[in-house]
Amino acid sequence: MKLNKDTNNKNNIYKYLPIFLLIIIFLIFPFIINAYWVDVLFFFGIYALLGLSLNIVLGEVGLFDLGHMGFMAIGAYTTAILNTTLGIPVIILLPISAIAAGAFAWLVTFPIIHLRGDYLCIVTIGMGEIVRLTLNNNPFGITGGSNGVYGIDFPSFGSIFIVDNSTKFYYYIWLIVGLTIIGLVNLQRSRIGRAWNCIREDEIAAESTGIDVRYYKLLAFVLGAGLAGLAGNVYATKLMIVSPESFSFMESCMLFSIVLIGGMGSIPGVLIGAAAISLFPEIFRTFAQYRMLIFGTAMVIMMIFRPGGIWPRKRGAVEFKSLLLKTGEDNG
Amino acid sequence: MEVILEQLLNGLTIGSFYALIALGYSMVYGVMKLINFAHGDLFALGSYLGFTLLVSGSAYATVTFGIWGGMIAAMLIAAIGTGIAGVLIERIAYRPIYPAGRLPAVVSALGISIVIQNGIMVIWGPRPQAYSSKFVPSLMLNIGGIRITLMQIIVLIISFILMGLLFYIIQKTTFGAAIRACALDRSTAALMGINIETVIFFIFALGPALGGMAGVMVGMYYRKITFTMGWNYGLKAFTATILGGIGNIPGAMLGGLLLGILEMLGSVYISTAYKDVFVFIILILVLIFRPRGLLGEKVAEKV
Repeated sequence: MKLNKDTNNKNNIYKYLPIFLLIIIFLIFPFIINAYWVDVLFFFGIYALLGLSLNIVLGEVGLFDLGHMGFMAIGAYTTAILNTTLGIPVIILLPISAIAAGAFAWLVTFPIIHLRGDYLCIVTIGMGEIVRLTLNNNPFGITGGSNGVYGIDFPSFGSIFIVDNSTKFYYYIWLIVGLTIIGLVNLQRSRIGRAWNCIREDEIAAESTGIDVRYYKLLAFVLGAGLAGLAGNVYATKLMIVSPESFSFMESCMLFSIVLIGGMGSIPGVLIGAAAISLFPEIFRTFAQYRMLIFGTAMVIMMIFRPGGIWPRKRGAVEFKSLLLKTGEDNG
Repeated sequence: MEVILEQLLNGLTIGSFYALIALGYSMVYGVMKLINFAHGDLFALGSYLGFTLLVSGSAYATVTFGIWGGMIAAMLIAAIGTGIAGVLIERIAYRPIYPAGRLPAVVSALGISIVIQNGIMVIWGPRPQAYSSKFVPSLMLNIGGIRITLMQIIVLIISFILMGLLFYIIQKTTFGAAIRACALDRSTAALMGINIETVIFFIFALGPALGGMAGVMVGMYYRKITFTMGWNYGLKAFTATILGGIGNIPGAMLGGLLLGILEMLGSVYISTAYKDVFVFIILILVLIFRPRGLLGEKVAEKV
């Protein structure tokens, strides 16, 4: 028994070594690159967080969501409006914008959660567009129309520590991304994560094993939207301005591509996808007007050669077996 | 009363654009079960091809064929151009991915859409282009107090002829029956001796060709075209497709016309700023009560 345990530990050390190295590299990055690239990496962090949030809905449960930017918009505008009108510190608004986006997601997906595939896809597109257009039309004079809301404060922990420059923002976003990844890895291995994957693989089989499909789908939307709302908060505080054009349908499509380029349901995959989408246009900046042409071509070539994504999630038979045993236990 | 009739006519005109584009989405979806996100940009490409023929390059279409002949020549050449582009896209970007399932093809389609959009921007420039009024028949008619432009009548006539032709091909001819059979079950259709390759070629050529013609007509109707217009029209047309029931040809026509009319009525009676919000809310309401669209038939779920 003891021997067995030891080898396990040894394996774990080797398994986690690359991750530790990666974390160290990320920590020293701001000291070896200039401020411009620190900002680029900050937006990589935002895309990573958004990709992870969409990954819950699209990757784990397999629900087509092409209006995910709408949830981020709700989070960003919640932060912007409450901070500029009532002066609530943005750090307190961090959970509040997540809750607002989650509540909004529950409200809009509750009546349509029974729709399947492409029909759900167009409804989420419609939802995202409704959010963007409504913000653009300045309802009750609170969203500032197409100019947006500006003058949002920096995040501050009391008056001791204020996140006010690129490097601090870099650590701030990657701290959030890191914590989110830890949470999501645990979620993937939990009863909820297995139920989600089961629904993705076969909805009818999932329902017949006693999984409340409707509940778990709604849960995925609410959690995904909550994370997107969180990203919205950080985004708003970094730019100090939010405007409806940042949350366009095109951006939602980019998020969709992040998840698929990386590999559905795979957390390292989503990070790679986010890197591809956010860093690619920056690296190819010298090509000026041709860079988006190259970008689009790269997306097509990517899908032709690795249709499952760069880092697809491995699903073993063991996992599936344990899922069946577990549900059996709980029912009995 | 005149106002309502005028708005209905306006709505019908816009609706026929949406319907023509929606047909392309619906045909491709029906047979391939693929949302062709590049379709909206093919429509924009058609519009720019028409622009080149009619306006820039010393307007040789108009000079050679006269104002009417030039219009028809521009539409035909735009249709051929976008049709070829559609088939090429299918060969290059979609065909290698079919075995991997549906989602990678969506990303590939998005990639192609970015390529076309930015290709247009590189070739024709980022600024909006205008169809000059010299090359477009412009005449305001007044029939019993209802104001209608000649262009509107032309758009309506051409769109209805095209839709009627397509309806005839799909519903009445043997080849149409083959397409419908492929939409029901591709592998069984192949076993029955239907040449799937021909069907795929046909839908990927004809869908974009209809879109391209709609593009030229949008250019002539609104006069102004931008390289991003493919997204806006594509999104609306896709909404129309779903509204009517995706994969269903009469559904796409009905959905498009209905969407145009709803949009116009919404902008007159509710507010111009909220007309799109109104359209999407109607769509969501329709899907809540008829999850497969207006004309979509109920399909039993396979276990």
